[in-house]
Amino acid sequence: MAATADSFYLRTVPAQRLPPPPARAGAIGWLRANLLSSPGNIALTAICVVSVCWVVPQLLRFFLLDAVWSGHDREACLASPVNPEPGACWAFVRVWLNYFIYGFYPIGERWRVDLFFLALAFGIVWLAWLAAPRRDIGAFYFFIVLPILSFVLLSGVPMFGLSQVSTSLWGGILVTIVVATVGIVVSLPLGILLALGRRSEIAVVRLCSVTFIEFVRGVPLITVLFMASVMLPLFVPERFAPDKLLRALIGVALFASAYMAEVVRGGLAAVPRGQYEAARALGLPYWRMMALVVLPQALRVTLPNIVNTFIGLFKDTTLVFVVGIFDFLRTIEAARADPHWATPVTSVTGYVFAAMFYFACCYGMSRYARSVETRLARAQRR
Amino acid sequence: MSDIAQPPSRKARRFGNIALQAGLVAIVGGIAYAAMVNAAQNLAQAHIASGFGFWNNTAGFDISQTLIAYSSSTSTFGRAFWVGLLNTLLVAGIGIALATVLGFIVGLGRLSRNWLVAKLAAGYVELIRNVPLLLQILFWYNAVLKSLPELRDSVAFSGGIILNNRGLFLPRPEFAASFRYVLITLFVAVAAAIALRVWARRRQEQTGQRAPLLWIALALIIGLPLGFTLLTDLPIRFSYPQSGRFNVLGGIEILPEFAALLAALSIYTAAFIAEVVRAGVLAVSPGQTEAAQALGLRPGTTLRLVVVPQAMRVIVPPLTSQYLNLIKNSSLAVAIGYPDLVQVFAGSVLNITGQAVEVIAITMAVYLAISLVTSLIMNLYGHAIAVVER
Amino acid sequence: MGDKPSARLIVGASGARLLLKGLVMKRFARALGFAMGLAILLGFGTQAASSQTLKAVQDRGQLICGANGTLAGFGLPDPQGNWTGFDVDFCRAIAAAIFNDPTKVKFVPLTAANRFTALQSGEVDVLARNTTWTMSRDTSLGIDFAAVNYYDGQGFMVRKSLKVNSALELNDAAVCVQQGTTTELNLADYFRSNNMSLKTVTFATADEAVKAYDSSRCDSYTTDSSALYGERLRLADPGAHIVLPEIISKEPLSPAVRQGDDTWEDIVRWVHHAMINAEELGVNQKNVDDMLKSSAPDIRRLLGVEGQFGEPLGLSNDWAYRIIKAVGNYGESFERNVGQGSPLKIARGLNALWTKGGLQYGLPVR
Repeated sequence: MAATADSFYLRTVPAQRLPPPPARAGAIGWLRANLLSSPGNIALTAICVVSVCWVVPQLLRFFLLDAVWSGHDREACLASPVNPEPGACWAFVRVWLNYFIYGFYPIGERWRVDLFFLALAFGIVWLAWLAAPRRDIGAFYFFIVLPILSFVLLSGVPMFGLSQVSTSLWGGILVTIVVATVGIVVSLPLGILLALGRRSEIAVVRLCSVTFIEFVRGVPLITVLFMASVMLPLFVPERFAPDKLLRALIGVALFASAYMAEVVRGGLAAVPRGQYEAARALGLPYWRMMALVVLPQALRVTLPNIVNTFIGLFKDTTLVFVVGIFDFLRTIEAARADPHWATPVTSVTGYVFAAMFYFACCYGMSRYARSVETRLARAQRR
Repeated sequence: MSDIAQPPSRKARRFGNIALQAGLVAIVGGIAYAAMVNAAQNLAQAHIASGFGFWNNTAGFDISQTLIAYSSSTSTFGRAFWVGLLNTLLVAGIGIALATVLGFIVGLGRLSRNWLVAKLAAGYVELIRNVPLLLQILFWYNAVLKSLPELRDSVAFSGGIILNNRGLFLPRPEFAASFRYVLITLFVAVAAAIALRVWARRRQEQTGQRAPLLWIALALIIGLPLGFTLLTDLPIRFSYPQSGRFNVLGGIEILPEFAALLAALSIYTAAFIAEVVRAGVLAVSPGQTEAAQALGLRPGTTLRLVVVPQAMRVIVPPLTSQYLNLIKNSSLAVAIGYPDLVQVFAGSVLNITGQAVEVIAITMAVYLAISLVTSLIMNLYGHAIAVVER
Repeated sequence: MGDKPSARLIVGASGARLLLKGLVMKRFARALGFAMGLAILLGFGTQAASSQTLKAVQDRGQLICGANGTLAGFGLPDPQGNWTGFDVDFCRAIAAAIFNDPTKVKFVPLTAANRFTALQSGEVDVLARNTTWTMSRDTSLGIDFAAVNYYDGQGFMVRKSLKVNSALELNDAAVCVQQGTTTELNLADYFRSNNMSLKTVTFATADEAVKAYDSSRCDSYTTDSSALYGERLRLADPGAHIVLPEIISKEPLSPAVRQGDDTWEDIVRWVHHAMINAEELGVNQKNVDDMLKSSAPDIRRLLGVEGQFGEPLGLSNDWAYRIIKAVGNYGESFERNVGQGSPLKIARGLNALWTKGGLQYGLPVR
């Protein structure tokens, strides 16, 4: 066998150990892989780095370093020897902050608004925290108790010693939250009914639901609000003409219902047909089948979409300005026009403050929707 | 669906169904009737006229941007309606085009292997999506207005373009009669380019040879009419905008309201389109890309020939609803005074005539019609690119 | 309102038709109950609102006044919600006459578009929101105007730096204007009749129009000239703007009430004339207590020392004394809110007393 031995290649010395490829490991490797993988990528990275380096320091300077944090009128935010190029005028926000939150709500009664915010936060946490105990009671609290409680608190019932506060005095974040909350509290049940109606076997019900949903989804919210504010008073007897805020609330709630209906419909479609058939086979009548078997599954699947619809609704609350309601954005606009604070930076400051508020709320909700989605996906994979 | 479960009650159920339907019709009809009675009564009491007679009355108010001839002294409310509608369509049309381009860039950017680009694109999407559009419109309007120079310090670009806080003023082309020959040449060039493409494709299928189609087509479509224009004695003249005492006069005027609305609408909708595009591309199985690469297609070609056509099928339906949203959102023009349909018709006309019911009904009908037509077009496109199952 | 009961009958009849159908199917009764309830609700709703505004105000313990809310000098709340302004003072004067307490007023900010609806629907008791008294409004909106408390007209504001001295020089100018007002139409008329061309930039609210003018989107801003002075204060640099002398329209501003309650209209009218008379007679907030001892018969009648002029209105006889004590006379209110004592610095002009060449003329109290 010796003759054949050298026809095989047999390594006798161990190969030298090579260093790991420089481009694959450590920080430099990461940089190479993710930022500098090709000439095109290098160019892109360079452009991005340059623009980031150009923008970020300016933003920092404007919003933090050169910003004016305290003061009583515009003088503080105008260019001065001390601060030749004043940045954001946060003093303006500080002075007007209470107005941004409560509007003209009587100062002595503002604890009621705070209490409302607390009660609402409690309800939201109860419902949104998936591991919370007795979420059915939570739903009851959120959809039945909370609306009544809020009405009693905010509008006031003289019988309970709470003086009446007209809705024309409400404003700012209070109104934004009220509009958004009423939107969700009304639109979810109404949306479920519409979605069921759209899948109903009864032709007239189906027709009514489809017409309503498609009509509302086909027109801008502004026109719905216009209709609610201009035409609603015409359609009901004079005495029942709802007040301005209520009109806008009706408009927003109807609008949101149509969108919610489509979201719920998607959830209903995701429930396997076998579930319906099994429920029927057990002899459950329609409403109990829906309430006990189908809807719990459908709503769970579609929860992220419901939250997303709510984010849209929350952003859309800004549109109530067209019917003259002082929501948060509108109070910013009003304060911006105050001559005592007229400076070149007031508008930008106001808008950025508003943007931060909306961003914080919406981004928080969208993160929540995403975490629910991941959780559901995990359940699906199992 | 439960007829088997409860066979005896079948007849009763059918009767119940019919009764329920009749009842529902009666309730809906009753409410509608009561509403109408009340409306008629309230209108009569407030002495508000009804009917569409106002349509032909003289409007009497002025509109800042008119695509068709309009004058406050002679034009009617009906004319004002068309002016507003065209302005809506203008901003929506251009907005859709811009948002689509930007949305695709950002959406693909989020999927980029370049970490920085992906993060910047993600940051853009999150920031823009979570701030109300109205706030963005107001921000752009005031940012645009405040940062641009005043009339006296107008920026004059070469070619007679003037920019200030009253808008952007471009030279207005004026076409001589002989311009129609240029149009004919252009038409011929386009036809030739299409024919060329058909021929080139056939040749490629038969021989595998490719022609530099894009360059030839471009040369044809741009070069031919341009050459013809230069050969003849310039059938286009430009009227240049002039600085007057108060305003820039003449030329094409792009209003700051228009610019702000367009910017906000495109940027806002682009963030949503980016998400749609990303989801669409992710829906294409990675095996497709790998197979294309294995066949030796270059990354650009892979994207163009393999990934995008498949992604489009997923993208088109949600893209349609984004387009519809953009059209509906253009009604926010009312906040900054861009004369769109809502601002002109549901604003000025409604307030002057006081005929809320008619004006709002027309406005809503128009938006419904626009929505339906857009859905129809996008559905046709969706059918055209649908997978042909074999 | 004679046709109201018939409307109720018709709605009721549709309910009865429903009832017949409902008897056939038992399970259907619940839906029917809902429909009936709705019909009844709508039917009852058609009854007229209370016609006794004064009684309603007294029972409520508060006057509800529709005011501007965004116009310095006429109606503007500060961040704490304290309202000030010429129209605001007028409402306070009414409250003082009724309750002897000028703070018993609730102000509802109204826009140009929703002010008449708010008054018609009973949302407010009186509309004091710089509203022009025109024939069509008086005759066709179901409202009545009480008394012109401010003679106004539409004017133009421009930047001083433009060196414009007359509105007739504004050819080709861009003008910011609020939509849906008579202003928008007057503007187009004025330029057309003077053969001038115009670039209008229209905004839904006065706020937006003024802001746009301030950021020099327009060369000029037009609205009622009184409002021009108020809006000028809200500009970044009020000193850099002037109001042009041309007044291109007549805008008599007047508080308005719902039609059909004549006593209430009388109260509002005489509150105005009490304030004018007080100025004519030299009675003001400071000297009103001394004036009670005056021997001049005009003053004695006005302040309720002599005669019983308050009772027919449903007020106490010292109603005018209460007004002047709480708010002051017309001139004081004018100077404090819009005149020399205010940042607006509007001259009295047409609003001077008739004895001083103006149009304000107090009807005699006797």
